[in-house]
Amino acid sequence: MKIIRIVNKNFKDAFKSVFRNFSLSMASVSCTAITLILVSIALLVTYNVNSITEDIEDVLTIVAFVDNKATQDEIDAIDNELSKMENILDYQYNTKDKIKENLSADEDLKQILESLDENPIQSTFVVNVKDIREISKTANNIKNLNKVVSVKYGESLVNKLVSMFDVIRNACLIAVVALIIVTAFLIGNTIKITIFSRRNEIAIMRLVGTSNIVIKMPFLIEGAVLGLIGCIIPVLLTVYGYTFLYDFVGGKLFTDLIVLVKPSILIYKVSLVLIIVGVIVGMFGSLRAVRRYLKV
Amino acid sequence: MEFIELKNVFKVYTNGVTALADANLSIEKGEFVFIIGQSGSGKSTLTKLLYREEKPTKGSVFVGGVNVSKLRDNNVYKLRRKIGVVFQDFKLLPKLTVYENIAYPLESYGMASKDIRDKVLSAVERVGLKEKIRSYPNQLSGGEQQRVCIARAIVNEPKLIICDEPTGDLDPKISQEIMEVLKNINKDLGSTIIMATHDKEIVNTMKQRVICIHNGVIVSDKKKGSYIENEDN
Repeated sequence: MKIIRIVNKNFKDAFKSVFRNFSLSMASVSCTAITLILVSIALLVTYNVNSITEDIEDVLTIVAFVDNKATQDEIDAIDNELSKMENILDYQYNTKDKIKENLSADEDLKQILESLDENPIQSTFVVNVKDIREISKTANNIKNLNKVVSVKYGESLVNKLVSMFDVIRNACLIAVVALIIVTAFLIGNTIKITIFSRRNEIAIMRLVGTSNIVIKMPFLIEGAVLGLIGCIIPVLLTVYGYTFLYDFVGGKLFTDLIVLVKPSILIYKVSLVLIIVGVIVGMFGSLRAVRRYLKV
Repeated sequence: MEFIELKNVFKVYTNGVTALADANLSIEKGEFVFIIGQSGSGKSTLTKLLYREEKPTKGSVFVGGVNVSKLRDNNVYKLRRKIGVVFQDFKLLPKLTVYENIAYPLESYGMASKDIRDKVLSAVERVGLKEKIRSYPNQLSGGEQQRVCIARAIVNEPKLIICDEPTGDLDPKISQEIMEVLKNINKDLGSTIIMATHDKEIVNTMKQRVICIHNGVIVSDKKKGSYIENEDN
């Protein structure tokens, strides 16, 4: 009961003071909002990149064609090299006879293949990679192996897209870190003003024996409230903006291969993160001000 | 050990001013003590040491058996809840009513409003301001404001009341009334009262123990019932 009464009083004080220093409060709130919008973009991009890479990791394989003149020893050597290579999840060796057999399931192809004296097909290694960002490097490594004639791997568009997304995400994250510092600083300044405007009250509280935590709490709450108000616009943008974008592009980018994450759960997850980040940044900013300007 | 004890207390401010030098003092429970001296003599410093607004540079200050000088910052509030402080400038909050001003400390302790009400009403009655309970400080005279300050100091029934020049801004007649209030609190509640003042007339009419400080040194300590002669001070 005692704690509830104190917290209740402090919440009222915090809200009052947000509106008392309206202009400065708004500065902190808008800075928080901009930061959180970038956090939101970074998160949405990350989620989508992860989901896209997972989707296409199943599809994307490297096919290495082996020279028809290769001896069994040389093929074993390739096998051995592949097993030692990094970024390879698994691989499979298909002999040309086996591939011919598979292709022969198709009647037309069967006729063509049978009309030829020699099997024109090359034996292949089919390789699944762990990280598709590294796929071109891995493909090159395989190509350099002895008796590997050529390698083929999936669409380079996907690859470029993923690296572009990575750039967007990293840029957002750097901006977020910088902005969080600025926001914390601005919120700290807002709290400083509140502390000065209430210094008589604080002096009296100290003299009559109010515990430090009770003196500090309204300022921490005020910081949290500023952060919370700063969440409103980013959360709305996340919820409605992402849903709108998703519907606008029809849930996929350029090809059917690149499917975006459905907004349903994602937007709420991201919103929750935004609220938590907003509140923490607000409290962190005010904690700095309280430590510096509130001598108890 | 006595209720309040100062042992070889020195206080040197960071600007080099020595406010107290080798002060030794003991005060019993329920005493009414005047601390007199000119401005800058160190009497304010002495009171501030008691409620731990200042820390002694050397020596130890005991209040109620607790070594105040060794009290950690986070625990100072526990001491202050047991001490009521009355100021020359009242230190009331202008936006709160008399009732709210007096209830202010108790509210910040998280006390239930029913208990607060009982305590505030009894404190207000004791200082004789019952009919002004809904007024704001700027609607009150200086004497009335000082009564509010006293009510706020006694609302939590402290064992020790420290008054720093409470009559400094008041005219002699009002000062006498304030002194009556303090005298009754000392008598009825049994609170120890320590009052810093330079008002000789008050000291002489009250006839209580008088401690005289000059340039940071305790120069005399006269028992209850004594007068100050004009040569002193």
